[in-house]
This record gives sequence, C-alpha cells and structure tokens, in this order.
Amino acid sequence: MSELYKLGIAEAREGLEKGDFTSEEIVRSVIERYHEKNAEIGAYVTFDEEGAIELARQNPKAVPIAIKDLINVRGQPCTCGSKILKGYVSPYDATVISNMKANGFIPCGRVNMDEFAMGSSTENSALALTRNPYDLTRVPGGSSGGSAAAVGGDMCIAALGTDTGGSIRQPASFCNCVGIKPSYGRVSRYGVTAFASSLDQVGPMTKSVKDSAILLKALAGHDKMDGTTPDEIVPDYEKLIENASMKGVKIGLPKEYFNVSGLDPEVKRITDEAVAKCVAAGAEVREVSLPHTEYAMAVYYIIAPAEASANLARFDGVRYGLRSDRSVDVYSLYTKSRAEGFGPEVKRRIIMGTYVLSSGYYDAYYGRAQKVRTLIKRDFDNVFNEVDVLLTPCAPTPAFKLGELQDPLTMYLNDLYTIPSALAGVCAASVPAGFTNDTKLPVGVQFICGGFEESRLLNICKSFEEINS
Amino acid sequence: MKIDVGYVSELARLELSEEEKALFQPQLESIVGYVEKISSVDVEGIEPMMHGRAIVNAFREDEVRPSLPREEALANAPKRVGDEFLLPKIVEGAES
Repeated sequence: MSELYKLGIAEAREGLEKGDFTSEEIVRSVIERYHEKNAEIGAYVTFDEEGAIELARQNPKAVPIAIKDLINVRGQPCTCGSKILKGYVSPYDATVISNMKANGFIPCGRVNMDEFAMGSSTENSALALTRNPYDLTRVPGGSSGGSAAAVGGDMCIAALGTDTGGSIRQPASFCNCVGIKPSYGRVSRYGVTAFASSLDQVGPMTKSVKDSAILLKALAGHDKMDGTTPDEIVPDYEKLIENASMKGVKIGLPKEYFNVSGLDPEVKRITDEAVAKCVAAGAEVREVSLPHTEYAMAVYYIIAPAEASANLARFDGVRYGLRSDRSVDVYSLYTKSRAEGFGPEVKRRIIMGTYVLSSGYYDAYYGRAQKVRTLIKRDFDNVFNEVDVLLTPCAPTPAFKLGELQDPLTMYLNDLYTIPSALAGVCAASVPAGFTNDTKLPVGVQFICGGFEESRLLNICKSFEEINS
Repeated sequence: MKIDVGYVSELARLELSEEEKALFQPQLESIVGYVEKISSVDVEGIEPMMHGRAIVNAFREDEVRPSLPREEALANAPKRVGDEFLLPKIVEGAES
C-alpha cells in the first residue's frame, strides 16, 4: 500500500480498523512524503521520525496528526516559530495532545508558523520559509501556514492549528483545506503557548469536513486545567452530520463584508457562486447587518497585542529559552535576551501592547476596545436571532506572493473577515469553494455560527462540501 | 508623535537598536492612528467584554496534586545552580 499520505482521517481510520494497513505504515508513508517535499514546501520545522514510528508501533490503529509548533508535546521541541525557544523541550503534553491520544490519534511532526502566531503569511517564522503548495511563489497564509501547507500539499493526514484572529481559517482558504475555529471555550488551551488569551483556540485543519468533525470531537471538552472550558457535553459531530442538508437553512449575508474596496473580484465571484449553490440546494438567503464591523480590526489590534505583551513577559531568559550572554544585571538580562530572541513583528506587537496598557492610555485604548468588543458581540447575537449561519468571504484575496505585503498594517487588513467572529467568540469555518480563473489558486468561503453551535456549523459545511463537489 | 517607541520599549523590557527604533516609529504611529477610530464609538453604559465567553469564577477544590518534578522544571533553564534558577545579582552587596 503506497501513497497512504494522501488519506484523510475517515479513510485512514477505516483502513486501520479493517486491517488494510497499520499506523506505522501511514507514518512511514508521511515520512517518505516529507523527505520528498519538505525542501520545496517547508511545511515542517522538525520531524522526530523515530519517535513518530515508535508511537505508531505502540498505537497500531492511531491516525497521525501534524502539530503546529506552539502546542506542547512531551519530549519534543516547541519553538513557536521563534529563536527565543531554541533548544526548549516540552516537559508535558498539552490537553489537546492527551485528548488526541485517548481518542485514536498520535502527534506526528511539527509544522511551521508565524512567530508566536503573529502574522498572516508564515513569513514571520524565524525558522523556515513555507511555500503555498498550489503555487510555490506564494505564501501559505498564516499563522497556521505550516499546518495548511502540510494538509493542502498532502504531507500529512490532518493537522492542528490555532486561531486568534483568523490563523486557522485564512491559511485553510489559501491552501484548499477545511479549517474550523471552534467557539471560545470549546477546546482547552492548556499547553498551547498563549498569544491573546481571550481569543486563542485550537482547531482541526483537514482534507474534508467529516475529518474536521471527527478530530474536533476528539479535541473538545471540559478541562480542569483551563477554566474557560465549560462542563458541557461534546456532541458526536461525526454522527450528527450524516444527513447534512441545506434545505431550509437561513443564511445571512452581512452587507458590511461585501461592500469592501479590497475584495478581490475572483474571491467575490467564488463567494457569490457559493451563495447561489446554497440557494439552489434549498437554503434561504437574506442580507443582514453587523453594524460595528468597521471597528473590529481596530479593537483586535488593541486587545491582541495588549494580551500578547503580558503573555510574552514570561520570556525573560531565566526559566527557559534564550539567555543573552551580554547582560550585566537583571534589567539587561531581560532587555537583551528579549532583543536577541524575538523577531520584528513580535517586537512591534509587544510595544503596541505595552503602549495601550500603559499609564494614561489604558482607558482610551484597552478599556474602550473591550467595550466596543461587547457591541461587536451583540451584533452577532442579534443576527443569530434572525439567521442560522453567516456566509462570507474568508480572506479578501487569494494567496499573495511571498514578500508582497511589506507594511504591517496592510498585512493586518488581510484578516478583516475573520477577526469580528473571533472577537465575538463564536465558531467559524473555512471550506474550499473554488479556484481563481487565471491563477488557479484555491479560495475558501467562511461560514459563521453562534457560540457552541459547532454541530450546526459542521452540518452546513458538510452540506456545502457535497453540493460544491 | 503619538507613541514614543524608545520609552515604551523600556517599559516592555525590550532593547531596540537605533535601526529598529527608526523602522518601528512610523509603523507604530500608523497602527496607533488606525486603532484610534474606536474613539468615535459611543460606549456610554456598555460593559467591557473580557473574554470570548462569559464565565464567572471557575472554582476548583484547593488540593495538593502532583506537579512537574523539580529536575524536569529545571531542565530547560539556560543557567542554574543546584536546584535553583540562576539570576544575576539583584540586591546591592549580595553575592550573585
């Protein structure tokens, strides 16, 4: 059995159950593919091949999953795409890793990302350059660009990503995968290096909606180690999407998402066609309004850097990570270790975050941003009284060229469709919808449902996947 | 000047080179200028949203549980002495 790396989770699991092949055979096939493709695509940053094979031998029916390099797996490096964590070895498993292992999955290889998940192109990784498997001159998106490139380039069965303002959904759109950002609190963040704690979520990045349903079920649930995870039952998503249908689904099209000057005409066309297909399959479509959308980017670029500046204070050269040998006292130990360890985007965001939290500015920026966030959340609460789901573009453009976006603010604006739902804490997904005509680049559409409405979201995504194939 | 990058970097315990200061100053001014658009929103009487989901006081029992063994907790330390992390001298006159 060759080319097992091409399988998705559902097919792999079926073959493993029937005894057609073993977990070790899948892992060996993924490793072979890694050797063949990684020099070109650069999806992985480290791959403990012997460890992965050994784990597969111990778990002969487990499905291997590529892990974004900020999720701790005991005994493995966890660089977060940063020089500051060079040489670090995780002393424990993140809860998502223990949950995976308890549910028939094993970690297999670590994939690239923007440093500390700050970016939309994976170009901010200090470790490696990741290319889009559909066009090697273009970015895979970010920050979970390694995860997306590995899934889209058939270099893994599926991957874990994390989403703070769009870091699962935008790269999924760029690399033709399904990506789910679960509702805030649905999946534990314990053992996942914190970027912006009020926003971060781990989610599946897969080759099909069914695969995302299977993996999300394994990841989700209450965790004593993360106080934001409520003790609510995790539905059997896989079973619940068996009879997915678009009939009678009330779809809202937020007018603020379509009247955007930067929206690429090909992305617009593919999104319009997605809407038409849903209507043909029995969905009811209406225009809705999320009136505070225009403030979401500003709110995000206050709240996320503020929380990041606090979270990244732990990198001080003392307990782990890089320690400058130029220091003469404690103050210079901090300032020089951080200067040598962090890359430019991380430095910018630490400064931005420190500024908006600093004396005299807190109320005008962070305090006010949290109030505007309440208004953004209310917008979503209101539309979900009217419709079941929102359908929007996922990113304003298809994958852009490596090096194309140099100005930080221009790069930030790439996340305008994914940020509002992240601030609201609801669940959202990117599902492959089509390809651009001239450049043949994949484009995903975004579906957004209310908080803890993953069953509904996955149902609608599954139905869309069927009518779009 | 909206933001003094040199001063804020000191607050952030982050040393910047002159080149970085020159690069970041206009970039951060443009970002600060952008986010200032929230000043026009009427937030009178609006409660702040602290988290993605409203949870109040997730308590657990205060009980002793196994923790990371000392040796594993120290394993990633760039410098240590015996069972402790090593820091440069903090208090004047003390041994470092």
